[in-house]
Amino acid sequence: MKLNELKIGVEKKIIQIEGKGALRHRLLEMGIIPGTIVKITKIAPFGDPIQIHIRSYELSIRKNDAECIIVED
Amino acid sequence: MLIALVGNQNCGKTTLFNALTGSNQHVGNFPGVTIDSKMGVIKNQKHEMKIVDLPGIYSLSPYSNEEIVTRDFIIQNKPDIILNIIDATNIERNLYLTLQLAELDIPMVIALNMMDEVKNSGNSIDLNSLENKLGIEVCSISASKKEGIDELVDHIIRIAENSIQPKVKDICNETSPVHRAIHAMMNLIQDHAKREKLPLRYVATRLIEGDEILEKQIKLSDNEIDMLGHIVKEMETDTKLDREAALAAMRYDYIDNICKDTVHRSNPYTKEQIISNKIDKLLTNKYLAFPIFFIIMGLVFYLTFGLIGYHLSNLFELGIDAFIEMVRNFLTSNAINPTVVSLVCDGALGGVGSVLSFIPTIVTLFFFLSLLEDSGYMARIAFIMDKPLRKLGLSGRSFVPMLIGFGCSVPAVMSSRTLTSDRDKKLTIMLVPYMSCSAKLPVFTVLTAAFFGQKSALVMIMLYLIGIISAIIIAFTCKLIIKSKPTPFMMELPTYRMPGAKTTLLLMWEKAKDFIKKAFTIIFVASLIIWFLQSFDLKLNPITNNENSILATIARFITPIFTPIGVNDWRVTSAIITGLSAKESIVSTLELLGGGTSSSLISMVGGSLNAISLLVFILLYMPCVATYAAIKRELKSSKTAVFYMAMQTLVAYVSATIVYQLGRLISPNGIDVVIILLVIMLFAVALIFSIKNGCSTKGTYCKNCDNPTCKFKEKE
Repeated sequence: MKLNELKIGVEKKIIQIEGKGALRHRLLEMGIIPGTIVKITKIAPFGDPIQIHIRSYELSIRKNDAECIIVED
Repeated sequence: MLIALVGNQNCGKTTLFNALTGSNQHVGNFPGVTIDSKMGVIKNQKHEMKIVDLPGIYSLSPYSNEEIVTRDFIIQNKPDIILNIIDATNIERNLYLTLQLAELDIPMVIALNMMDEVKNSGNSIDLNSLENKLGIEVCSISASKKEGIDELVDHIIRIAENSIQPKVKDICNETSPVHRAIHAMMNLIQDHAKREKLPLRYVATRLIEGDEILEKQIKLSDNEIDMLGHIVKEMETDTKLDREAALAAMRYDYIDNICKDTVHRSNPYTKEQIISNKIDKLLTNKYLAFPIFFIIMGLVFYLTFGLIGYHLSNLFELGIDAFIEMVRNFLTSNAINPTVVSLVCDGALGGVGSVLSFIPTIVTLFFFLSLLEDSGYMARIAFIMDKPLRKLGLSGRSFVPMLIGFGCSVPAVMSSRTLTSDRDKKLTIMLVPYMSCSAKLPVFTVLTAAFFGQKSALVMIMLYLIGIISAIIIAFTCKLIIKSKPTPFMMELPTYRMPGAKTTLLLMWEKAKDFIKKAFTIIFVASLIIWFLQSFDLKLNPITNNENSILATIARFITPIFTPIGVNDWRVTSAIITGLSAKESIVSTLELLGGGTSSSLISMVGGSLNAISLLVFILLYMPCVATYAAIKRELKSSKTAVFYMAMQTLVAYVSATIVYQLGRLISPNGIDVVIILLVIMLFAVALIFSIKNGCSTKGTYCKNCDNPTCKFKEKE
């Protein structure tokens, strides 16, 4: 399941980070790493971007980028 | 002593910098640094302690300009100490950068900021244990309350003078496959790193992560490249992760290990975060976010351009005018040559004075903007505006500069400094002048009143719309032409905070300083030139009749160029030229050359169609010299600035020509043509926004596309 398909407030474990290059590297560096718990905390009025809670901090990413983050079903 | 201040965004870096330096700061120039990095001197010290405020970054990997700047600065300038500021409420993520900095073989100290918030929420961080595990000394501070600053300075002096490097050299769990890989790598490249004078461990980890530029730079032999590949492959097999993920996972494992025993969280959120979340429920609410946003921005505009700024500016102007009159009377009473009197009063003082009278408005505007920025609301604007702007290849952060553009392009261009991506910044600056600035308003008012009477308001609204729509179309075109990838949008919504008086005042002062500097350099020269062109004839005699001035001669000469847009009178051309020094000059020039009546305007401009195309031209053509100077300064390239100006003028010329020629074909009534034009433009914009998200730009962009679900990728 992709992270962007998650409902607000539901916690899931990350399985894999797809994509490549700068985006993927940046996701990893922000602590979005396989095995980490993640949840969506906020969605912007137009439905994009979303804010996620990870490693006890909040980060806003775009839905497109969130598609690269695969969480357990 | 040289101190490099490094830290994440939103961790209080600038606040700490201000607390350390007071007003002893200026924008510094260092080799290789293309992004403004502020430079300051720490207060009340015996020896000079210089400190550089480097851009806020999350990591040292060279994926953004800011990261490259920071890394290059540290590696090339070898500061005596790195001052790493960490947000204690978000310690895990902040430590990622710390671990990378520790690899650079440079003495280091950590300033742990916002410890007060951690304590207030009932959580705690064991400083001694953190120090021991990291091998780096830690100072607990509160930058906003100025607590712990003196102690931090003492630490900096001691650590830098004794050159105390981070004690823990092996920043990974010793049993991990990554540990083995890094050490194998360090053995392999030891001599190369020494030869290139690069920190060994840094090079080793970067090569394992995959850095082709660095690989070439340290000149690995083919054999060594093979070895590198082998080391990486073994690590990937053992960790079951690819090279990038393996290193990131290793660092976060290490951080988790440190934090497990040192960070005690009884509450997952600090009090401030809980309050912020409540405020956000309102300010980023699905239905309320936009109304609230428009109310806030409307208020800022009203206060700046309506209430406070306007009255202050008027007062300022009165003062300046009185001063000029005083000088004029003084010079005249001493029987000074009238040309010299005119040079001093009309040319020099008049030009600079008209710009200076803008200062209160600009300072007021920046006061409110820094309030919005410091309080954390600006990040929310970026958050809610990101989606619509992305269609145009921009990001949410570009919205505010463009909005300020309706007030004045100069502060708008200056505020683009907050944009983190270079690409966004360039595009935003290019689009700002299309937002019709407040100086154009008097021009529109005078012209529309003379030609359209009661329909003036309608015409004005249409003009503003044409500006915005042009910007949208241009942005979209740029998105299609410039194939560079937009940088990943990742940002934090910082907790709402009370803006600090000092930070706000310093920011205001900085902007005012910038502006005054500009007033006395480029604008000064520009107004002198215009004065000269207006006051002398071709034989350099002072003129008695305006028709003989050099400006008039030039205007007559280039007027034929403007025939396609319906300008046939040299006086209108003169006004367009003087508009380059400041847009409101257009009105004063027209009044000076034709007399201030409506009928004189009609005799100069022509019919309503001519008026509309002239208005469209004035709306879109190149901005004033002050904006040019601001653009040049922000982009650090006069070439790009000149290119932007030329392009804008071209857009204006083409648009005005279309309006005029189309009007002559269809309808001589100016308004009809503009309505038709607007409908076509709106249609184009609707088309742009209806394009499905994904890669609308095929070609090179798609080949490097990061989006695994991209529909175009398969077709290529």
